[in-house]
Amino acid sequence: MSKDNQILEEFTSKEYEHGWSVNYEADEAPIGLNEEIIRWISAKKEEPEWLLEWRLKAFRTWKTMEEPEWANIHYPKVDFQKLRYYSAPKQTKKPKSLNEVDPELLAIYERLGISLNEQKRLQGIAVDAVLDSVSVATTFKDTLGKLGIIFCSFSEAVKEHPELVKKYLGSVVPMTDNYYAALNSAVFSDGSFCYIPKGVRCPMELSTYFRINAANTGQFERTLIVAEDESYVSYLEGCTAPQRDENQLHAAVVEIYAAAHAEVKYSTVQNWFPGDKEGKGGIYNFVTKRGICAGDHSKISWTQVETGSAVTWKYPSCILKGDNSVGEFYSVAVTNNMQQADTGTKMIHIGKNTKSRIVSKGISAGKSQNSYRGQVQVMKRATNARNFSQCDSLLMGDRCGAHTFPYIDIQNPTAKVEHEATTSKIGEDQIFYCNQRGIDTEDAVALIVNGYAKEVLNQLPMEFAVEAQKLLALTLEGSVG
Amino acid sequence: MLTIKNLHASVDGTPILRGINLEVKAGEVHAIMGPNGSGKSTLASVLAGREEYEVTEGEVIFQGKDLLEMAPEDRAREGVFLAFQYPVEIPGVSSTNFLRTALNQVREYRGQEPLDAVKFLSLMKEKMKLVEIDQKLLSRSLNEGFSGGEKKRNEIFQMAMLEPTLSILDETDSGLDIDALRIVSNGVNQLKSDKNATIVVTHYQRLLDYIVPDYVHVLYKGRIVKSGTKELALELEEKGYDWIKEEVDSATV
Ligand SMILES: Nc1ncnc2c1ncn2[C@@H]1O[C@H](COP(=O)(O)OP(=O)(O)OP(=O)(O)O)[C@@H](O)[C@H]1O
Ligand SMILES: [Mg+2]
Repeated sequence: MSKDNQILEEFTSKEYEHGWSVNYEADEAPIGLNEEIIRWISAKKEEPEWLLEWRLKAFRTWKTMEEPEWANIHYPKVDFQKLRYYSAPKQTKKPKSLNEVDPELLAIYERLGISLNEQKRLQGIAVDAVLDSVSVATTFKDTLGKLGIIFCSFSEAVKEHPELVKKYLGSVVPMTDNYYAALNSAVFSDGSFCYIPKGVRCPMELSTYFRINAANTGQFERTLIVAEDESYVSYLEGCTAPQRDENQLHAAVVEIYAAAHAEVKYSTVQNWFPGDKEGKGGIYNFVTKRGICAGDHSKISWTQVETGSAVTWKYPSCILKGDNSVGEFYSVAVTNNMQQADTGTKMIHIGKNTKSRIVSKGISAGKSQNSYRGQVQVMKRATNARNFSQCDSLLMGDRCGAHTFPYIDIQNPTAKVEHEATTSKIGEDQIFYCNQRGIDTEDAVALIVNGYAKEVLNQLPMEFAVEAQKLLALTLEGSVG
Repeated sequence: MLTIKNLHASVDGTPILRGINLEVKAGEVHAIMGPNGSGKSTLASVLAGREEYEVTEGEVIFQGKDLLEMAPEDRAREGVFLAFQYPVEIPGVSSTNFLRTALNQVREYRGQEPLDAVKFLSLMKEKMKLVEIDQKLLSRSLNEGFSGGEKKRNEIFQMAMLEPTLSILDETDSGLDIDALRIVSNGVNQLKSDKNATIVVTHYQRLLDYIVPDYVHVLYKGRIVKSGTKELALELEEKGYDWIKEEVDSATV
């Protein structure tokens, strides 16, 4: 075995840090999926009739759809009848404020390093914490409320702001958009809702923290962000799950609506359980994320740091409908051991002078497979559309794979589309150079990888950039020399 | 400070170093010269701990410790510094960030507190003057897009920051313009003390006008075949290596 491989071997042996689970009493739906279950979930959540109808419609469509197979991922088929579609920690009554939330639940988040206690929270970040199927707490609601900002769990939004939910739900990702989006539309349990009124700059980072705890439970959350004219919000999503032998399904939908001159930044640090070294267990992460720049001069920016999950299927996209609107996608996707990721973006240019920028940095180690799949589409009336794509792959060792699938479709001759791609190997030379200056191999890898991903990490809010850097290092611990 | 005894090393089974003996004392400057491919860089790499070179025989004692037993990073932390003949580029990592990581790991190894940002930056400023290196260069990605001369100058800047006990400069002079050669040599000379030592690998006598060696060694086919004082370098400059090659090759026949 070469030295490269040997050190790689050591590095990849790192264990998942958030692999614990907690026993709490749960309110669960029976296992299986049918109209009864959907009615059960809807009733449990005391939903209005229109929403139940919406779910049932999605379910009926889903039943006619086929699981997509075009992605470069291979996994045993999910048996949707063997899953549980709803599991919520039992709380005797609905908490009205943070003080009423079961301390045991708060403790789960404390253990993850996320304090829901507003005093202890770092200033400038409001959190909505989602455990299995429901939101357990949202912080800083009052502070935000004074500005007219709505930040709450999805269920609460359905009750308190039904007109907004009804107007925007499914407006960006139609319920029948794709297989997983249809499934999510049928069974989604909770998630976050965020509304920024006209002219308001949200003064703090809004953040949702998703945690899967229960076994055999799918997590199907739904996030809806609406930014009215001239508003601004930066939103962050983080996720972890316990270590289990069985694969668990996560199929979320995120919709973003940006009106004229609005700007939404959506950042994800995804750290779902990736499975063990042999590829046992781990989360199947099948997510649909899409934003629409509906108004002129609006901007949506996706930043993702993907380190976890056994299988990732995810393409955060932008529909650039407004003239002069801007879409951005910054991604670092790391795969190690047996992980598989097929991720990328779609930029759909509809309005005039629309611009998009794609920066994708793939890092593969172990025996993992890492694919970038990106589509740039310029419609007929999108004069002067601009796209720049940069897709880089970094390989560690010689048993992993990196793949790039760019699709370009241009229907307007004034478009300018640039695509650059590179593939490199982390060099023994680089590591030795670091060693020679006194830096040990683990830190050398961290340094090199973070340098490689810098352009993306720079997009994250400061505090999360630091966390993401650590996470990258941790994921690759033991993987190169 | 450094004792090399009968050092043999090979790459993929091919012997390259074939019995090196060398004694370097604190305060000394040793120059190593020799034709291309004679094993100079290999010797430097073996001392620094590059793993593709397999040591098959011999020993290296550095300040009383078995150098060959140590991991490359520990050798560095013990005070061995190699200015690379071909410095490596690390995209996205600034020299500043790189050096701060390096310096603090070295300090940690030595039981010292890490330097805070303020102290680190003032140390950088001080050392930057020594090799007249531009701040702009240091905020760029390490060695990426640096000119040949800039890379070499940056190596000496790193040396100044890390204050090694034993510095090995592998052809630091090649690629430097005349002014840079003077500046870099000045830097090296100012870092010299009676507690540290320097090994300079070079092809050109000219460098030795600036960094004056106590000893000059000629490496040929993996052995030190001739040693002398700085006059030997002048002789080599004038006559080339043929006469030494002949001496050696006829003796071994
Ligand atoms: N990694 C390697 N694999 C194969 N051969 C090697 C390797 N490293 C060095 N060699 C060989 O060992 C010999 C000595 O190389 P080395 O780089 O030490 O020479 P040098 O004296 O530094 O030469 P120069 O003056 O050109 O820098 C050369 O023949 C070289 O090709
Ligand atoms: Mg050489």
